[in-house]
Amino acid sequence: MKFLLKLLQDQEKLFKKGGKLEKLYPLFEAQYTILFSQKTVSKTRVHIRDFLDTKRYMITVVLALLPCMLFAIYNSGYQAHAAANLSLEHVDIIKTGLQVYIPLLLVTFVVGGFWEVIFSVVRKHEINEGFLVTGMLFPLIMPAGIPLWMVAMGISFGVVIGKEVFGGTGRNFLNPALTGRAFLFFTYPAFMSGDGVWTHMVAAKDKLVDGFSGATPLAVAALSPTGESVSSDLASAGFSVSNMFWGFIPGSMGETSVFCVLIGAAILIITGIGSWRTMLACVVGAVSMSALFNAVASPDSVAMMSVTPIQHLVMGGFAFGAVFMATDPVSSPSQKLSKLIYGFLIGAVAIIIRAVNPAYPEGMMLSILLMNVFAPVIDHFVMNAKLKKRIPNVI
Amino acid sequence: MKLTKTKEFKVFMEPISVANPVSVLVLGICSSLAVTTQLIPAFVMTFAMTAVLACSNVIISLMRNLIPKNIRIIVELTVISSLVILADQLLKAFMFDVSKMLSVFVGLIITNCIIMGRAEAFALGNGPWISFWDGIGNGLGYGWILVVVAFFRELLGSGTLFGFKVIPQAVYDFGYVDMGFMVLAPGAFIVIGLICWFQKTCIKGS
Repeated sequence: MKFLLKLLQDQEKLFKKGGKLEKLYPLFEAQYTILFSQKTVSKTRVHIRDFLDTKRYMITVVLALLPCMLFAIYNSGYQAHAAANLSLEHVDIIKTGLQVYIPLLLVTFVVGGFWEVIFSVVRKHEINEGFLVTGMLFPLIMPAGIPLWMVAMGISFGVVIGKEVFGGTGRNFLNPALTGRAFLFFTYPAFMSGDGVWTHMVAAKDKLVDGFSGATPLAVAALSPTGESVSSDLASAGFSVSNMFWGFIPGSMGETSVFCVLIGAAILIITGIGSWRTMLACVVGAVSMSALFNAVASPDSVAMMSVTPIQHLVMGGFAFGAVFMATDPVSSPSQKLSKLIYGFLIGAVAIIIRAVNPAYPEGMMLSILLMNVFAPVIDHFVMNAKLKKRIPNVI
Repeated sequence: MKLTKTKEFKVFMEPISVANPVSVLVLGICSSLAVTTQLIPAFVMTFAMTAVLACSNVIISLMRNLIPKNIRIIVELTVISSLVILADQLLKAFMFDVSKMLSVFVGLIITNCIIMGRAEAFALGNGPWISFWDGIGNGLGYGWILVVVAFFRELLGSGTLFGFKVIPQAVYDFGYVDMGFMVLAPGAFIVIGLICWFQKTCIKGS
């Protein structure tokens, strides 16, 4: 540690004002604060000294994401091998999974990091840690079969248009990772939805598999013919509730396992990083909306209407979105009550999109982005209601 | 007097750069979202818009001392709509295909805020010669944004320029895919937003 500190301090004068690499100070600052605690402290009054700075905050989210990440590696390998009829040995599966996941992660961090550095150098502010989480989340919400250059496009859009044009971390009103995904979703729809994109293709030596069609549970439910029982359709496609809960199913890489998401949720709630109110309200919103749909569903309404609340909760990206995306501290509202309203609406709108709009089998991404836009409005009205309750100032 | 120092030149150049109707004043956005999927309609739209704008500015400027103050909007609208109908008929007669592509948006030039705005803000208070240059300047200021947006949208969205394939097949074979997003209206929003951003940064710098 001493050695590292000395090394960094030696470098410091290069990056200080007047040094040769003055322009790249944000880079120096970033590596310094990753290794050591902040040197600068606030000089004026009324500041709470706390070790929970942005860096610690974001690292906790990354820790909470680890189970999902490990599962993403395993499951993408598993799906690829199952599709190509290769051996299902754990070691082989993990090897393939790493081959899928690591390039995605690398591209995300290199391209996104490039934009972060460009903006911090031009705007002369330090590199924000917010990107660490965005960069971890982004590969997890990609389908395994996506080409890498699309990943680069998506993360560029997410970081630049979703975040930096509004002023960087803390000023983005949309979740950057989801903005990037939404961009890819509308730009390259053939690579972001449908049956063929969820599985990475392994070129086997003896047999060539050109494509593999593995539908997600949501697609199965959306395509299920009217008047038949969706549950039996799902079950015959291999998507029982327990299967969908543990997550050995096709889907975006990190979102399939509700179990791993729940571990992450526990970490976020125990450390107080993620808001349990938002998560709970999301679940309540989804359950009540799907219960309502179940109640009004007639035998000739779309099959999605009669999907049970439990199935809705374990299908697709609902759990992942509710735990990691909806709770994003920047783009969600800040008041306690508004978090409840916000979460409830996310859950409800997600189910509405799933059930009513046949073009979009999954509604979580769109509903979170939509409510991100409404978050300041919800906050505004909740604050006004609060202020009205107070006794007016007596002058 | 040097050309660049004349009042006409200033009136002509300002709307093209620092007071651009689209990227600075954010007027006429609806038509710039609608007609910019391809370059040809964008060019024709620019042409129609500039012609209508210049003519309406001149006519309204000529009548500026005759128009009673309280019915001036109606008079302006009458002039503008007559000109737009004329432009529409000309397009239908001589460029039927493009006219079909532009569909209702030629007719909607009437409601384009730029024309009304220039008539109100400039032509009512200035002579016909200088109003003519103001009209041309604003039309071209609106037009170059349209053309730039259409260039990016057509290139990225369908891989063509003026309807000709410019992205070679080899690139597609390599795995490149057209951006479907750019064909949709939100794509134009993003491009116009980026142009606004770029221009604001340039103006601030100069």
